Amino acid sequence: MVVAPASSLVLEVENLAAVRGLRVLFEGLSLRVSGGEALELRGPNGSGKSTLLRILAGLTRQHAGTVTYSADEHDAPHHYLGHADAVKPTESAGEQARFWASYFGRPAITATDALARVGLSQRTEVPGRGLSAGQKRRLALSRLLIDPRPVWLLDEPTAALDIEGRKLVVDLVAEHRATGGMVIAAIHGDGFVNSNTLDLSKLKAPANLEGLA
Amino acid sequence: MSGSVSVFVRELKLAWSGGGGPVLPVGFFGVACIMTPFAVGPEIENLKTAGPGVMWIAMALASLLPMERLFQADLEDGTLDAYAGSGVAMEGIALAKTVAHWIATGIPLSLAAPILWILLQGAPEVAPMVILTSLIGSAAFFMFGAIGAALAAGVRRGGLLIALATLPLYVPTMIFGAATLYAAAIGEGWQTPLMLTGAAGLLGLAISPFAAAMALRTAID
Repeated sequence: MVVAPASSLVLEVENLAAVRGLRVLFEGLSLRVSGGEALELRGPNGSGKSTLLRILAGLTRQHAGTVTYSADEHDAPHHYLGHADAVKPTESAGEQARFWASYFGRPAITATDALARVGLSQRTEVPGRGLSAGQKRRLALSRLLIDPRPVWLLDEPTAALDIEGRKLVVDLVAEHRATGGMVIAAIHGDGFVNSNTLDLSKLKAPANLEGLA
Repeated sequence: MSGSVSVFVRELKLAWSGGGGPVLPVGFFGVACIMTPFAVGPEIENLKTAGPGVMWIAMALASLLPMERLFQADLEDGTLDAYAGSGVAMEGIALAKTVAHWIATGIPLSLAAPILWILLQGAPEVAPMVILTSLIGSAAFFMFGAIGAALAAGVRRGGLLIALATLPLYVPTMIFGAATLYAAAIGEGWQTPLMLTGAAGLLGLAISPFAAAMALRTAID
């Protein structure tokens, strides 16, 4: 079902620093994650979990440091799932899944199968505005399945999901890691099996920009 | 490449669903032109003088209407994050969205233009020329408008900001587009102003995807 990503997959982060406004979220952050591993980002609200994920996804520019993926053939080796689910209110769930399948251009499974896997097979004709928050999140999760990418960057993937939905996320992550994939997720509460944890609140952060000289 | 094409097809559908698509801008265009005789008086000579200019101003303002939501909706609902993180070039996405919305709104505006032209006492035999210049002019308006739309994507109620940023860029298109119609109406050579209108449109096409993509990358940062 899922194309096995390169086994040599490694993410290396060196001396990363992030600044929002005049506040330093973190600095001197170095880490290394390999294929098959999962890294949980923890810490209180505002500690920089989302910013770190956006930097890793190439959406936000870091203040300093480098992010390197060793994935060979991909322009963008990662999927980024943020707080917003990228669900259009007027398109049906099925249309949206089919759109992403054609957008990514090399769907691993059909849109129908992806929707069935995330538990939306009864909702394919429902427009986005008719989906609940949890169903919208499930629709967003279907993007992970439609286009196989070795790195998943998930920002609170279980938010708004019911107990079955949380189990779905845990299962999807386990399957992805079993095929050599990497998962980095900001998460509160129960995490993934056998994963590493980075607590951003325990990184020593200076109070303001002067500390970054 | 397939990514941009998929976005183009999706945007064509989205433009027509929800929000009424071209109905609002075309309605605005029509009302603005119909109001003109009340303001300048119903004398035929007055209308013949004011007509082409009024039509171009009304079309410029009408084509600003879809701009506020052109990129803002995608920024708010996270779609732009999903596009940006996917490795598909933002320039292609910006161009695909702009062209799709021009087809959805710019072409209906251009098809409404000859009707309004005749209401403003324009010569009926110039009507095909009105359609042609409107197609070129509205394409230019959408290209330049997309730059303003991308700049204001992150701004709440950014419509006025888009108008302020974009209207100066509309000036060359407005000058040469109206000049084409004035020349055609009195039977003078319209080829030169028409070509200059086209040049303004091509300039917009050349600049717009890159400027809009740059602004969008900043917006999601």
